[in-house]
Amino acid sequence: MDLSYSPEELAFRDEVRGWLKDNLPEDLRRKVAEYEELSRDDLLRWHRILAKKGWVAPSWPKEWGGNGWNVVQRYLFEEECGYAGTPPLIPFGLSMCAPVLLKFGSEEQKKRFLPRIYNGDDFWCQGYSEPGSGSDLASLKTKAVRQGDHYLVNGQKTWTTLAHYADWIFCLVRTDSESAKRQEGISFLLFDMKTPGITVRPLVLLDGGHEVNEVFFDDVKVPVENLVYEEGKGWTVAKYLLGHERMNTGRIGGSKRELAKLKEFAAAQSKNGRPLIEDARFRDRLSRVEVELMALEITNLRFLDQMRRSGNPPGADVSMLKIKGTEIQQSLSELMLQAVGPLAQPFRPVDAPVAARDDFDPFVASLAPRYGNMRKTTIYAGSNEIQRNIISKMTLGL
Amino acid sequence: MDFEYSEEQQLLADSVQRFIQKDYDFEARKKIVASETGSSENAWRTFAEMGLLGLPIPQDHGGFGGGALDLMAVMEAFGEGLVVEPYLATVGLGAQFIARAGSKAQRKTILPAVAEGRMKLAFAHTESKARYNLAQVETTVTPNEGGWLLSGEKRVVLGAPLADKLVVSAATSKRGFSLFLVDRGAPGVEVKAYRTFDEMRAGDVALENVQVDKKALVGKKNAGLALVDEVVDFATALVCAEAVGVIKSANESTLEYLKTRKQFGVTIGTFQALQHRMVDMFITGEQARSMACLAASKADVAADADDRRRAISAAKIKIADACRHVSQESIQLHGGMGMTEEMKVSHAFRRLTMIAQQFGDADHHLERFAALA
Repeated sequence: MDLSYSPEELAFRDEVRGWLKDNLPEDLRRKVAEYEELSRDDLLRWHRILAKKGWVAPSWPKEWGGNGWNVVQRYLFEEECGYAGTPPLIPFGLSMCAPVLLKFGSEEQKKRFLPRIYNGDDFWCQGYSEPGSGSDLASLKTKAVRQGDHYLVNGQKTWTTLAHYADWIFCLVRTDSESAKRQEGISFLLFDMKTPGITVRPLVLLDGGHEVNEVFFDDVKVPVENLVYEEGKGWTVAKYLLGHERMNTGRIGGSKRELAKLKEFAAAQSKNGRPLIEDARFRDRLSRVEVELMALEITNLRFLDQMRRSGNPPGADVSMLKIKGTEIQQSLSELMLQAVGPLAQPFRPVDAPVAARDDFDPFVASLAPRYGNMRKTTIYAGSNEIQRNIISKMTLGL
Repeated sequence: MDFEYSEEQQLLADSVQRFIQKDYDFEARKKIVASETGSSENAWRTFAEMGLLGLPIPQDHGGFGGGALDLMAVMEAFGEGLVVEPYLATVGLGAQFIARAGSKAQRKTILPAVAEGRMKLAFAHTESKARYNLAQVETTVTPNEGGWLLSGEKRVVLGAPLADKLVVSAATSKRGFSLFLVDRGAPGVEVKAYRTFDEMRAGDVALENVQVDKKALVGKKNAGLALVDEVVDFATALVCAEAVGVIKSANESTLEYLKTRKQFGVTIGTFQALQHRMVDMFITGEQARSMACLAASKADVAADADDRRRAISAAKIKIADACRHVSQESIQLHGGMGMTEEMKVSHAFRRLTMIAQQFGDADHHLERFAALA
């Protein structure tokens, strides 16, 4: 047993760390560090910097721009990005739509979409959830009826992250409502967001921020060539996507950065004339989160070691990385909020213009919204209760 | 990066597991616990034959020169089988002092004897007022012609009733304490023996003008603390590994119970309220295992001291919390049955309860961890 990285892995990590230090634009670094909302341009700018370097889609096949990194390298890269505080790479195109096209798409679809995803020419979003279909995804109702060379789509998606930035959306739609099993009769369709009949309405969240939307489809005509795989096989595609390996569900690197920031911040706050970080009650809470994060990092490495050994994607128990990782992210944001004490009161909505923030310390005022925003992490991408259901059924056999 | 046991480590763990299945299953263990000594000479002999007793003892003294990572697989198997033999006291604590700091003569007489199963040891350190503070030693030392006279009271000395020799700490100056090797049968040594809540044997040791000679000093005079800190960290890493085994056993029993116990016409494992709790116990077990790996990888002598302390304390915080979580939930999910002595899980509960505060509870290690951060 050996918990350390090999010299080659460490050299790789240092290379990534050094490159990020030199190439992450200062304004983007600051925005991420201060929990500011990132614009479409911010996100795409970072995407294109990585694309130019050849690091934007490591896991893709080489012919489409992948770079052949192994699982450990991919993990290290993602964690270093988290640690450096880069803008996120928006996953909808790169690690959701693209893997689906690579596995199920026609040659023509691959040629049409993959290079544009790679280069950041198209911004994608994901149309899965509906008002009545959250965790129970297979109950979705958005209807697509084949009419000659197109589908006529009617219905509504919700929680559509960054739909207001998107050029394209991939959707699960119901093409056959007669089928006996509700998983059958679902198809996977790609829509151009400029198609007439699509309306995007913002859903402002409890932090005042705009990241998710409702998307309405009224007689939207989607060309038949935008169907991925076969009609009625959308559930197979969706399941493949859910099981598609992701290296960073634990978000270790990002949480390490938040932890370091929290320590620094708590050291600068005072309680009874002493730095808050020396307060036993606060310190114990902080240490427990730190220990949980240390454990999660090792647990994550154990999964990587297993994957490397077996050559297979991890089993269902990988859901624990999501559960623990999000719990840690929430705890850190909660402690940060607690650290600032009564000064947490002033409200700065994340999308407020800079001029409106002159009255008070914008970072301090972002802590309560940030804490509120992080509540999403245990709900999105398969709520933590769904993750527990998965482990219960698949790993424990209950 | 490699999280598998080596082939040798795995083979050893497999043979320990086979031994437990054959000679140390739940029924056999019950008899051993109820016996006069609360331990099994047969088991000890087998441990010697299997090389377990010499595992971390240097090769030139009849051992295999292994480290904490080699012991991890063994401790995990012991945990799974709830083995009550004084292995931790002898191999994890007593022999470690001699192997790390003993004189040539001590090493020569003691280490091969331990490896061959001829000698058991115990570490007599904790005193009534010390709690988990390793530096607090009030046992006195009076020099005389023959060497020193030791007097004091040691509490809850694990394995004391079974030990041939004790490693005793005593304050040799205001600046520090020293360690001495004392025969358990020496005049002035009185062991008040008892069974512990987790069904092992321990005792309070009273020392009254116990004469030890110059050769009894273990390590340098007044330098006991650094050595004790190091060895207790090593032993802590071992109980972390043991806890992983006990947690595995408790989780397996509980999962099995959820799959077989029926209420309202269905197995109780079909209830989501119970499923999610079981999943959380499972995740706790995996997180605990990760930290036990960290502890074992940092517990050997070579590690930088502060790096080691920080890792061991972090591990013990997680393990202590995990012990409480899994032991409490496993009883709850077993319902009334979990409360009975008939079920193995209630014995796992007892061991986990004690591991949670052995060598420092979560609060103690939170304090130590924070001081090193």
